[in-house]
Amino acid sequence: MPIGLYIHVPFCISKCPYCDFYSLPASGSPQADEERYDAYTVSVLRALDGWAARLSGEKADTLYFGGGTPSLLGGKRLARIIESAQRRFGLEGAEITMEANPADGLEETFRAFADAGGNRVSLGMQSASSGELRSLGRRHAPPDVEAAVQAARSAGIRNISLDLMLALEGQTPASVQASAGEAARLGARHVSAYLLKIEEGTPYFARRGSLALPDEDAQADLYLTACEALEEQGYRQYEISNFSLPGFASRHNLKYWNLEPYLGIGPSAHSYLGGRRFAYPRDLSGFLRGEEPEAERDAADLTANSIPEGGEEEYILLRLRLAEGVSEAAFQRRFGRSLPAIYRQRAAVLPSSLVTVDENGIRFTREGFLLSNPLTARLLG
Amino acid sequence: MNVPRSHIRNFCIIAHIDHGKSTLADRILEKTQTVALRDMEDQLLDSMDLERERGITIKAHAVTLSYQAQDGETYLFNLIDTPGHVDFNYEVSRSLAACEGAILIVDASQGIEAQTLANTYLAVDHGLEIVPVINKIDLPSARPDEVRQEIEDIIGIDASEAPAISAKQGTNIEAVLEAIVRQIPPPKGEDDAPLRALIFDSYYDSYKGVIVYFRVMSGEVKPGDTIRMMATGAQFDVVETGIMRPGRLEPNKGLRAGEVGYIAASIKTVGDARVGDTITLASRPAEEPLPGYRKVNPMVFCGIFPADGAHYQDLREALERLQLNDASLTYEPETSVALGFGFRCGFLGLLHMEIVQERLEREYNLDLITTAPSVIYRITLTDGKVLMIDNPTNYPDPGTIASAEEPIADAHILAPNDYVGNIMELCQERRGVFKDMKYLDTTRVDIHYEMPLNEIVYDFFDALKSRTKGYASFDYELKGYVPSELVKLDILLNGDVVDALSFIVFAGNAYARARRMCEKLKDNIPRQLFEVPIQAAIGGKIIARETVKAMRKDVLAKCYGGDITRKKKLLEKQKEGKKRMRQLGSVEVPQEAFMAVLKLDDD
Repeated sequence: MPIGLYIHVPFCISKCPYCDFYSLPASGSPQADEERYDAYTVSVLRALDGWAARLSGEKADTLYFGGGTPSLLGGKRLARIIESAQRRFGLEGAEITMEANPADGLEETFRAFADAGGNRVSLGMQSASSGELRSLGRRHAPPDVEAAVQAARSAGIRNISLDLMLALEGQTPASVQASAGEAARLGARHVSAYLLKIEEGTPYFARRGSLALPDEDAQADLYLTACEALEEQGYRQYEISNFSLPGFASRHNLKYWNLEPYLGIGPSAHSYLGGRRFAYPRDLSGFLRGEEPEAERDAADLTANSIPEGGEEEYILLRLRLAEGVSEAAFQRRFGRSLPAIYRQRAAVLPSSLVTVDENGIRFTREGFLLSNPLTARLLG
Repeated sequence: MNVPRSHIRNFCIIAHIDHGKSTLADRILEKTQTVALRDMEDQLLDSMDLERERGITIKAHAVTLSYQAQDGETYLFNLIDTPGHVDFNYEVSRSLAACEGAILIVDASQGIEAQTLANTYLAVDHGLEIVPVINKIDLPSARPDEVRQEIEDIIGIDASEAPAISAKQGTNIEAVLEAIVRQIPPPKGEDDAPLRALIFDSYYDSYKGVIVYFRVMSGEVKPGDTIRMMATGAQFDVVETGIMRPGRLEPNKGLRAGEVGYIAASIKTVGDARVGDTITLASRPAEEPLPGYRKVNPMVFCGIFPADGAHYQDLREALERLQLNDASLTYEPETSVALGFGFRCGFLGLLHMEIVQERLEREYNLDLITTAPSVIYRITLTDGKVLMIDNPTNYPDPGTIASAEEPIADAHILAPNDYVGNIMELCQERRGVFKDMKYLDTTRVDIHYEMPLNEIVYDFFDALKSRTKGYASFDYELKGYVPSELVKLDILLNGDVVDALSFIVFAGNAYARARRMCEKLKDNIPRQLFEVPIQAAIGGKIIARETVKAMRKDVLAKCYGGDITRKKKLLEKQKEGKKRMRQLGSVEVPQEAFMAVLKLDDD
């Protein structure tokens, strides 16, 4: 089975106050930043070499640049990494995605990215309301999104995904509908709509008391509004927070939810290989020094496509994020036996407004998605 | 041990919580050099953790000390430390009966408190010589002269000679010791008369069996004697006699009239050596036991269940062990639909109940759910049968009840007069009937109410403390039964009665309590996957309702970059959280909800 490649680019111009992903803000010296990006790129290339040797012959069919803000690397560095990955992992007919924040001067980056084989761009639009963008501490304004979409398109990239955020300060169902409408108008083929979560350790967490965030019921309503509005625009919900036009679901992200193998490179990047999970430490300097994911330094065969102990639970846990849920057919294909009856029994006592159980398998309704934590816990006993 | 009877002093110490009883006891031990200084542990007499923490004495302790007095003679002091709480009044009365005198400690800044007063009267009733001591004179707020006057006015004893001391700083302790020698009479009693010894405490020792503490009133007992407990009739062969030195037992050749000591006689349970019983010799029994024996009966009952049903056996063993040392604790198996297998336990009072619960949790590491405390109601059925009901589960069908009665208590509240309004309001709410009010001095009052016991067990003391900023002290005594109108209130969650939440309540309070109960439950039951109605009902009639809205959102929106560790952690958290929940039908109820509904007067 071809694997997915994930490259974590841990750089941003500035940190957004709600974000707890691993990324470092710009240093203030453009020259120092450029040197850091170079050093980082060298480390990624070296890691690709190392992993390719280790996973001899393994092919990849997706490559995803996430962050951070991958566009900060610029087209040349992105292209070098893509080309190296192609040499090591094939990337035949692969989906190659980069994340970018709407900003000036993306044309060149996108063009180089596309020339190297990049074919998908994911933009952090977040909202069509300038007020909501301000309250999120975003650097861009609504018109920047359209400009970024144009830049991608003129580079020949048609597969564009836009991120939206839900449950923002002062957000109303009307503004959510407006954002969904705007994403459609911009021609997005894929939309991710994430409920804002206040993460410990972020500036948002520190001032959570003074944030006028919607309460639990209002958050749920905003989520349902977003789902319906996107559906009206022709997007089909295929995961808790992901929507696409037919045929444009993210192939890379689907690997996560299907318990398929992927290799993550870069500080904080996670991998799932040979039934093992491991991650690089959240530490750029360690990564630059060539440190490897701790647990895996002397692990055995990572190419074996075995399902480890607990794999079945993990599979169910992840598949329940998908609209398709845990399907009888897919489970059969994956494990060579039918879905154990216990899961159906557990699902059967849960409210049918939240969980659907039938001959096809078990899946959550939209209301059920909103409660996926407790529902999943109950299904797994 | 050849101290003549004239040189023995048997005494106890009476004090309110925090007035310095244990500190003074420590100083006395120090001065009599019974304990080497390096072995001194603070507050030597209160040896249970709980006692130290709460600053109260739960079990009686006794210790024998030798004192070289100013007259050059050596005296033997038997200090018997009594429990300091009304729940243990009977134990207190037996300890007092073993003494000729009592040191009354009064805090120089606080003055006399309800507890002190009650115990002092008890001591006076037993004919004890009261030696007043004014403690904490080192405090800036000390007013020793006023307190001296207060003692004379309220208790009616001469306090002009009362030593003014600071137990904490060790000031004037000598004066207390001399007062003990001078003022407390030596014990009387004939060595030749048949043995009569009063049991005032006992505890279980895993090597020697039950160790019985007693005071010989007449006659003599020595190892090898066969003794008989006059109330239970049980007979035992004495293996060992001796006296209690601090921290250890010191065997001797025998004990005579006037002396305080212990015996070990291979006794299996403390139930065979009940406090208040009289020990005599099987070969030459006394004709009459000592007066005052009674079997103490529990007054307050509640269900105790293991939070995790798998720990039922552990709970049973823990209760068995506790009962080895606590004959007044009763328990019998109880089954609840909601809580599974547990025990219906009986206690002397609320404090006793709390102590037992805390010891079970701490010393036996058990996680418990307890149900609301209940008193014993007397129900007369239409067919003339009389039932004593301490468990709402057994409450009969209202149609079969001819009349109902509830226990009532005499309650005394001592407090600064600023709080009279608050206190009376509280007592009124709790169906108290005002009896009288006395001024203890210009600023403090003794308010006397007659109050149903079930109002007292229902969180009364906490409510009193919060409405008097902790300044009130409180004491009560069971008085008897009075006719009452009672109903059984049921709580329904999602339509199902939760038996563990049912309780018996005065009909006039039913609506208010039902409403508060539903509100409290609503606040303490987290939102579930579906809407949960909470209802209170009498018979089939719903009298209050609240709703816990359905949960709407609990989702991890993003698993970024394939990082599912957080998702897994959340799942673990959910599972952990579920463990702390009680599944009642389809509803998950946290343990805290059971505790919270026991405290309805919080706000």
